[in-house]
Amino acid sequence: MTEAASAPRSSPVREQTTAAASAGRILGLVLRYWYVIRSSWPRAAELIYWPLVQMLMWGFLQSYLAQTSSFAAKAAGLFIGAVLLWDVLVRSQLGFSVAFLEEIWSRNLGHLMMSPLRPAEFIAALVAVSLIKLLVAMVPVALLAYFFFGFNVLSLGFAFAAFFANLVIMSWSLGLISTGVVLRWGLGAESFAWLIVFVFLPICCVYYPVATLPGWLQPVALALPPTYVFEGLRAIVLEGAFVGHLMVKALALNVVYFLVGFAAFAFFLRSARIHGTLVQMGE
Amino acid sequence: MQKPMSQEKRAVPPPVAVRQLRKVYKEVAAVDGVSFTLQSGAITALLGGNGAGKTTTICMLMGLVIPTSGEARVLGADMARERHKVLHRINFESPYVDVPMRLTVRQNLEVFARLYGVRDRKERIADIAEGFKLVELLDRPYGKLSAGQKTRVSIAKALLNEPELLMLDEPTASLDPDTADWVRSKLELYCRGHGATVVLASHNMAEVERLADRVIMLEKGRIVADETPAELIKRFGRTNLEEVFLAIARRGTEDIERAP
Repeated sequence: MTEAASAPRSSPVREQTTAAASAGRILGLVLRYWYVIRSSWPRAAELIYWPLVQMLMWGFLQSYLAQTSSFAAKAAGLFIGAVLLWDVLVRSQLGFSVAFLEEIWSRNLGHLMMSPLRPAEFIAALVAVSLIKLLVAMVPVALLAYFFFGFNVLSLGFAFAAFFANLVIMSWSLGLISTGVVLRWGLGAESFAWLIVFVFLPICCVYYPVATLPGWLQPVALALPPTYVFEGLRAIVLEGAFVGHLMVKALALNVVYFLVGFAAFAFFLRSARIHGTLVQMGE
Repeated sequence: MQKPMSQEKRAVPPPVAVRQLRKVYKEVAAVDGVSFTLQSGAITALLGGNGAGKTTTICMLMGLVIPTSGEARVLGADMARERHKVLHRINFESPYVDVPMRLTVRQNLEVFARLYGVRDRKERIADIAEGFKLVELLDRPYGKLSAGQKTRVSIAKALLNEPELLMLDEPTASLDPDTADWVRSKLELYCRGHGATVVLASHNMAEVERLADRVIMLEKGRIVADETPAELIKRFGRTNLEEVFLAIARRGTEDIERAP
């Protein structure tokens, strides 16, 4: 037995420290989530369902207001654009967090944590999955906005790319914090992952200008990247102007939030390893 | 330049070296100053009643739990700080940790083969599916398999990367005797054939007697016995390991050792 142990072995696994090995592990985990989406049409339908309902409701509301108010007629696309961008933030964060929750629901987290997958690779895979889910959810909604309400999101051009990038980066920061909380406190904190984004709906001024908020709340709004995105959307729809400095501010804040999110995830992961909650993941 | 033999020997760390390992949750010591070193290629059973500290010890060996004090080194790496250096050389199996239910067996093996960086994935999956009678099940969702089939998949996953150190947590729990025996044979074959070191946590004493070269028995987070199964049975004057286990669990080690 000891002789067998000391016999030379040819390694059945690749070198683990290369970028290719890291990419392989990320791809492996992305495939795992892709297989889940592909295996269940109700799951794919669920991704599209709520954004479609939202779009229809706000689209019809805008159509009605356009008939009764000159401002709404002038601001065609304001609500629809806001709904679309808000859903980018929500779907991307949920795509990130729910992919993580899948691991707890399926009791697979222990396998992942015991595998050579590093935390940064886990996060990279969740980011990639959130983008895939976002694509699945938002393409039909964008088509609906175009064909039903005449709002072409691509007509925003570079501005749309800037809005999109800033919103998804913010969604990942929220995803990192919320999954970190679930890592540390288990499924009892699951609702945090589902609800965290909605606190931003009133504060980030999705449907109204920052000036609408009471004075004390405005600095809070201005400390959040999505606020600049929605201000930027209003500027482009109402005045036809792309305000670049708003996007730069949003990006600078996003860098800070993402670093905070990453640090929070790492902190909660370590805390979970100290408190033993990684192996007792549940309610 | 060729290294002197003694220097080469020193360079190979033991597969597992645990020194004064302690884990305290609030004020309760789940593991309380445990030390042991495992020899390469040996199967070591970690035994003890519920709450004895087996799972916590295994979790610290895997780096899932950070010790309060002491050190758990696996293949030379401190598992609290540098586990990623060696995780590709380790694997584990437990009926209490599932692989994703919705994925087919093939998809699961594919995902884990990628996570472990297995070379020639398709070939390896085909080989292991053949060895564990999974060929017919490859395209069925894991969640729709029987307990025995799930265990076979779980062990196949654990052997995908041909680990040098394998941690098994009750590998035959909830299996019928025939399937359990088949699984034990497979594990034994792998370990002896590959010279893999195994840490086995089990409540099945017949299984431990059959597989283990060494038994470490824990009680209240401390090691109360560390011998071969035969030595343990002899020392406690019993006929099998189950009786030793029951005696320790019911009366405490000191009483037993005093007994005629």
